Amino acid sequence: MNLALSDEQEFLRDAARGALARHKTVEAAREAADGSDLPDLWPTAVEAGWPGLLVSEDNGGAGLGPFDAMLVAQECGRVIAGVALLGHVPASYLLDRGGYSRIGEIGDGSLRAAFCPARPPGDVLGEWTVEPRRGHARAAAPHVSGDSVSGEVAWVPDAPGAGVFVVVGVENGEPVALAVDGARVEDATVYDRTRPLGHVSFDGAGGERLDVSAEEIAAAWYIAQALIAAESVGTVETGLEMSVQYAKERFTFGRAIGSYQAVKHTLTEVLRQSENAKSLLLYAGWAGEAKADEFPLAASAARAAAGSALDYAARATIGVHGGIGATWEHDAPYLFRRAQVSRRLLGGTHDAVDRVAGELLATAV
Amino acid sequence: MDLNDSPEQGAYRERARTWLEEHRAEAPVLRGEGALTDEDEIIAARRAWQGKLAEAGLAGVTWPQEYGGQGLGPIEQVIVNQEISRAGVPGILDSIGVGMLGPTIIAHGSEEQKSRYLAPLLHGDEVWCQLFSEPAAGSDLAGIQTRARQTDDGSWVLNGQKVWTTNAQFAAYGLLLARTDPEVPKHKGLTMFIVPMDAPGVTIRGLRQISGEAEFNEVFFDDVKLPADAACGDVNGGWGTALTTLMFERVTIGLGSEGMGYRSDRFAHAIAQDAEAGRDSDVRHRLGEIGTDLLAIKFSGYRTLTALQRGQIPGPEAGLAKVTLVNAAIRAGDLIADVLGPDALSEPGEWSYMISFLPGLKSAGGTEEILRNTIGERVLGLPPEPRLDKGIPFAELRAKEKEAIAG
Repeated sequence: MNLALSDEQEFLRDAARGALARHKTVEAAREAADGSDLPDLWPTAVEAGWPGLLVSEDNGGAGLGPFDAMLVAQECGRVIAGVALLGHVPASYLLDRGGYSRIGEIGDGSLRAAFCPARPPGDVLGEWTVEPRRGHARAAAPHVSGDSVSGEVAWVPDAPGAGVFVVVGVENGEPVALAVDGARVEDATVYDRTRPLGHVSFDGAGGERLDVSAEEIAAAWYIAQALIAAESVGTVETGLEMSVQYAKERFTFGRAIGSYQAVKHTLTEVLRQSENAKSLLLYAGWAGEAKADEFPLAASAARAAAGSALDYAARATIGVHGGIGATWEHDAPYLFRRAQVSRRLLGGTHDAVDRVAGELLATAV
Repeated sequence: MDLNDSPEQGAYRERARTWLEEHRAEAPVLRGEGALTDEDEIIAARRAWQGKLAEAGLAGVTWPQEYGGQGLGPIEQVIVNQEISRAGVPGILDSIGVGMLGPTIIAHGSEEQKSRYLAPLLHGDEVWCQLFSEPAAGSDLAGIQTRARQTDDGSWVLNGQKVWTTNAQFAAYGLLLARTDPEVPKHKGLTMFIVPMDAPGVTIRGLRQISGEAEFNEVFFDDVKLPADAACGDVNGGWGTALTTLMFERVTIGLGSEGMGYRSDRFAHAIAQDAEAGRDSDVRHRLGEIGTDLLAIKFSGYRTLTALQRGQIPGPEAGLAKVTLVNAAIRAGDLIADVLGPDALSEPGEWSYMISFLPGLKSAGGTEEILRNTIGERVLGLPPEPRLDKGIPFAELRAKEKEAIAG
């Protein structure tokens, strides 16, 4: 029984924090919201070796597990850095296992991949589905025939500018993963400029069929869930630190606002939710490495808790700061924008909550 | 990151498992077929079982060897807890005594007290109870009013009332926090005592709760005489002694990863019996949120255990897990009763009992509101609430309170 980080993991985390500290990411978020281009952090990722985290050593990667990638994602979330790992890392997992011909370039980051995710079937919704452009009903996964694919996946993280797309489609009811170069990408970035999104469509494009199982294709979805969870927890940490600092320094009626129970209890609630989410990141990380049958439950629970924590923390950060927290010049709105978009990506936080229920019910009967 | 046993831990687990398998038939049956029903018989059987567990080294695992323990770490205690749970046999009866009160005596008691009390405590021959909370002092424990006055010959006379006392009805001894000097600020005039529960002037009354059952007791002390050597730890140093007990309480809670039986799989099982409910999106959402919380505290428990193994003591943030646990269980009770309908409220019944028990549990060990204050101040470093009791002699503080009430 030991949930402590290894020395290597601590080093990976500290190195990520150091590498990201060289960029003014929050300022970049504000400037991007005003229409400037977001600085490209991919070279930083390449230099740090992040594109190859999940690529096996035989293929030139680091051969690490989901938890290691989650540690990096958490650091990116802390500074709301737009590093294209949410798209690349789950894609690299399938490309590495699926015998992709250009895996060396994926591992060293000279080729950036984006994952067009498909939600695995559950106990209520029994098909593979993808994000729709709009509305409540999920869309059918793209149609695969041989090595060609047709269909669309909306709201794909990090799609703009990606060199290859890993798309999950269905052939004869079975999931298939293809690596496709020739996709049409419509920039769909909304509200949070640090989170590039695209609608990706395939018009019978030919691709390289990846030799992966349905379980591996599902695992890529849960790796994405675990990554967005870790990233969200990082953003929660920043919101909490900002708010605690301000609550010590801002005085009303002759005392620091942090001495008021109403404020103290709000911030303790952020801490409570954040600690719960961190515990579940450990569960997801452990299951991702050692307990594959629990990974869907663990990753979904982590996503659910982290998503809820980020929602609460983003609003609390604005609230504790008072009116100033809701202004363009403050940092709090960028955490809020991140929270608003994150909550609705990759099936949405609510789908992760439903998956937790489905997994619990499936093992309870 | 590894949830598996080391080879040494695996061997230890195997030894515990083997002993439990060989002696399972000697354990009291508390549920199902052939279960004991008479309260006195149950207590006698559980005391005897605790004695056997202690003989086998499966009680007081973390106690020093010189006091009958095994001198092992928290992980071995957890392994024992897990194996007892797996074997489907009851654990020790006096988990408060072995987990919190015995360790307090080990830390603060005299050599005479240690040699007199620890062995019978560990073996279940003498059960102990914790006499801390009072009707007017719960979260603000240092506000207790039970008074111990020293007489000329050095002995003590005790007057006052305690409440929420688990196991008092069959306890041999209690560890009691009393005020010995009201003329100093409230944390400074307290002393811890060892009190025989059969002493003249001790009255124990069951305290019935919402369920109708008496899980706890009220204990009254009327001119109870205690010998001069009844103090455990320094006279007027009782607050430090009490903090030791509360620290061991957090450790004990941290080691009990079972979450008092409030587990996600148990609640999911109840919902899964109703196929219609299992497909209802509102039911699923509520179950998913409850399950997420309960899974989180399971792994928070493992984090606490990791810290304990590295020699760190869990801080007040471990209390956040209790907040999550109680509130998730409350929501689970609501959900299950919503799904099953009024039938879930039939008494006696598993769910009606849980639903009745939880509102009080919310305040057990300190109210949620005070816990959030403590965590906000100690963990987040937020400034404290302005306090009106700092540095004021307790007697003066009480006079001010009475004045304020009188308006």
